Amino acid sequence: MDNLVEIRWHGRGGQGAKTASLLLADAAFNTGKYIQGFPEYGPERMGAPLTAYNRISNDPIRIHSNIYNPDYVVVVDDSLLTAVDVTAGLNQNGAIIINTTKNGDELKSLLKGYSGDIYTIDVRKISIETLGKYFPNTPMLAAVVKVSGVIEEKDFLKDMEGSFKHKFAKKPEVIEGNMKALEMALKEVKKI
Amino acid sequence: MSIRERLSGNEAAAIAMKQINPDVVAAFPITPSTEIPQYFSTFVSNGTVDTEFVAVESEHSAMSACVGAEAAGSRAMTATSANGLSYMWEMLYIASSLRLPIVMSLVNRAVSGPLNIHNDHSDAMGVRDSGWIMLFSENNQEAYDNLIMAHRIAENKDVLLPLMVCQDGFITSHSIENIELIEDDKVKTFVGKYEPEHYLLNSEEPIAIGPLDLQAYLFEHKYQQAEAMRKAKKVILDVAKDFEKMTGRKYSFFEEYKMQDAEIAVVCMNSTAGTTKTVVDELRKKGIKAGMLKVRVFRPFPAKEIAEALGNLKAVAIMDKADSLNAMGGALFEDVTSSMYTAKKQVPAVSYVYGIGGRDTTAKDINEVFDYLQKIVKTGEIDNPYRYVGLRKGDE
Repeated sequence: MDNLVEIRWHGRGGQGAKTASLLLADAAFNTGKYIQGFPEYGPERMGAPLTAYNRISNDPIRIHSNIYNPDYVVVVDDSLLTAVDVTAGLNQNGAIIINTTKNGDELKSLLKGYSGDIYTIDVRKISIETLGKYFPNTPMLAAVVKVSGVIEEKDFLKDMEGSFKHKFAKKPEVIEGNMKALEMALKEVKKI
Repeated sequence: MSIRERLSGNEAAAIAMKQINPDVVAAFPITPSTEIPQYFSTFVSNGTVDTEFVAVESEHSAMSACVGAEAAGSRAMTATSANGLSYMWEMLYIASSLRLPIVMSLVNRAVSGPLNIHNDHSDAMGVRDSGWIMLFSENNQEAYDNLIMAHRIAENKDVLLPLMVCQDGFITSHSIENIELIEDDKVKTFVGKYEPEHYLLNSEEPIAIGPLDLQAYLFEHKYQQAEAMRKAKKVILDVAKDFEKMTGRKYSFFEEYKMQDAEIAVVCMNSTAGTTKTVVDELRKKGIKAGMLKVRVFRPFPAKEIAEALGNLKAVAIMDKADSLNAMGGALFEDVTSSMYTAKKQVPAVSYVYGIGGRDTTAKDINEVFDYLQKIVKTGEIDNPYRYVGLRKGDE
C-alpha cells in the first residue's frame, strides 16, 4: 500500500466539494486504480464547512476510516482558512491546494506553522472565463490531478471528456467550456 | 468475465436487487438506506425490473406487505435502517415464525435516542433473537455478494427463514469503492426461480397461514424454527461453495485473517474488519503475531467453529459496535465467550464497545486494542474486561 494517496477536501455545503471528490474517484477508477470517495456527513446546510475524502491506490483499499494524515489537502473556499484547521495532520512532504487570490505571505500567515508546499489557483477567474458562471469543482479537480500526479494529465483529459459527453448529453454546448476549464486549471495552478 | 465497477454500498445493494428482480419490494425511506428503494424505484419506472413496488406509509407496513407478498407465494425484499427496523419489530417475528424467506438489506445505524443518523450496530443487535438469518458485510462487494446468495439460503426447504444483509451506514453505504459485479444472466441462473411449496394463492391447496397457536403447538413450532436455524449453517456453506465456483470469491461463516499462527486477535464485524486488516499487517511487520476474525454469519451463530478458530490464542478482544447496556459486555462478546466456554477453550477475553453513533474507528483505535492484548499476554492479568475504545474521557 506504499502507493496509497490520501486526499482531504475542505469546502462549504453547496460548492460541490463532495461532487469533486466523487469525480476524482471516478477519473482515477477509469484509469485502472482502486479508489474510495466519501464525504463526512453532518448536518447538511448550505455554506457550512464540509469535509470529503479520497483514497487512490494501485492495490485494493481496505481501511475504512476518515483521513487524518492526508498527502494532499484541497481547500475549495479560502474563507475556511480561518475557520478550520485545514493543515491538521497534513504530510509535510505533501501539499495544500487552495482556491484563492491571496498572495504567498498572506497564506503563510494564515497557515501558521505549516512548512510544506502551497499551491494556489484562482478558480473563480477560470470558471467565469470558461463557463460564464462560478462552478468551482471542475477546475479544482484539475488542480488536484496536476499537483498530486495521481492520474496522467492526458488520461485525465480524455476520461473527463468522455464523462462530460455522457453527463451533458442534452447540453453538448457546455462540454467545450468544461474542457477549457480543466485545461486552464492544469496550466494555472502555481506553487508559491 | 465479471464487470469492473465503482459503486457505493447502497448502489451495490440496489443493483443486486435489480439483478434478483424480486416479485415485490415494499419499503419506506430512512437514512442511510433511503437510496436503496430510491434507486430501485427508478429501475421499476424504467421497466428494468418487473417488480411490484409498494410505497408504504411506514416500516411496519413495509414488513407487513412483504409478509403478505411472500405468504401469497412471491419473492419479496425490503431495505431499512435503525428506527425503521425498530418499527418493523413485531412483523419481523411474524415473518420468521411463518417461515417466510423475505430478504432485507439493513444499512446499520444507531437506534435513537437521542437522534443520530450515523453508523453503529444497535439496530441489528436489537433483532438478533427474532429468527432472521443475519449476514454482515465488510464493504460494498460483500453487501452485494451476500444479497446474491441470500435467496438461495433463505428459500432452501431445510431453512425457510427470512434473511438480512447488514452493511455499515455511510461508512460503506455512502462510500464509492471498486466492486466486481456479476453478469445479469449469471445472477438470474444462480438465484433461480422461486418455487414455494405451500402458498396462499395456490388454488389447488387452500391453506391458512398464521392462525392461533396455543399451548398445544407453539413450543413445537418454535423448535422447528430453531432447527431451521441450525440447518441453515450447512446451507450457507453449500451456497457459498456454488458462489465461489461462479465468482472465485470465497465465503464462509467468518473470515480468518492471519490467524494461522496468531497469538492475539480481534473479533469484529462489517467495515472495521478492513481497518483491522491494515493494522494486523503493520503489527506483523514488527514481528507481533496478530490476527483478525471477521464474523460474516452472526445468525445462526457458528459457535463451535469460532471457538475452534480462537482456541489457541493467548488473548482475544471482541469488538461490539453496540453497547448492550447490560453491565456485562456486548452481544458479540457474549456469544463468542459462551461459545468458547462451552467448547472448553480458556482464552483471556475482553469486550470492547466502539464506534457508537458514527464515532470514527481509526487504525489508532485498533492499535490500542492490540496494545492491551499484548499487555494481557505479558502480565497474565485483565484489570477490566468491559472496555471502550474511541470514547472521549474527561474534558477531551
